[in-house]
Amino acid sequence: MKLKIKKEILEQMKRHALETYPMECCGFVFGKDQQEQRDITEVKSVTNSKQGDQRRRFEIDPRDYLSAERYALENDLTLVGIYHSHPDHPAIPSEHDLKQAVPFFSYLILATEKNGVSKVTSWQLNHGNEFEEENIEIINKVETIKNK
Amino acid sequence: MARIIIPTPLRKFTDNQATIEVDAIDIRESIHALSSLYPDLKKQLLDDTGDIRQFVRIYLGDEDIKVLNNEATPVTDDAVISIVPAIAGGIA
Repeated sequence: MKLKIKKEILEQMKRHALETYPMECCGFVFGKDQQEQRDITEVKSVTNSKQGDQRRRFEIDPRDYLSAERYALENDLTLVGIYHSHPDHPAIPSEHDLKQAVPFFSYLILATEKNGVSKVTSWQLNHGNEFEEENIEIINKVETIKNK
Repeated sequence: MARIIIPTPLRKFTDNQATIEVDAIDIRESIHALSSLYPDLKKQLLDDTGDIRQFVRIYLGDEDIKVLNNEATPVTDDAVISIVPAIAGGIA
């Protein structure tokens, strides 16, 4: 699967990752699937509800998940994934990420350091229940310049 | 008819349908009705004895059925039932 994502949406996730650093952030990813392409149209941050060390773990409250699915239904979107940050760690899924992953979702991971997000990757479970990296295409907003 | 919201990871088992209506008197009957309509979903939701799998969370409205009456929780015609996957992860 290839992901297409607007730069402004990517920046929104990066800001969230920096705001919560050194804790892990998390959020929902909405969009539309078109054959082998997944267009990301919106992301929504959500509170990391993990009780315990949030520098190493995230968890999403089931009620927040319910709200996200309902939001998608009401707005003709699809909940296509989850993003979370890896503070001071690479943007590679951990064993824990793999253990908790569900099929279909794109799992976006933001490698986050004190001064910025160094890398963003996306992963999806394959039929063998292993993570496969997805290509991310970043769309730059085209500015329209009017000549007077 | 009660309405069941199917989470996106399970929609491949429901011909991509996001919501399914079922005629049932309680949660157990609702999930069994859903499993009968979409047999591929059955093993995702029910164990060999026909009980709802432990890791499958079911909500009636905004309430976890575990704080209600579990599978015996009654459902009304306007009930909204949600199947909720556990979402978690992290560095370690």
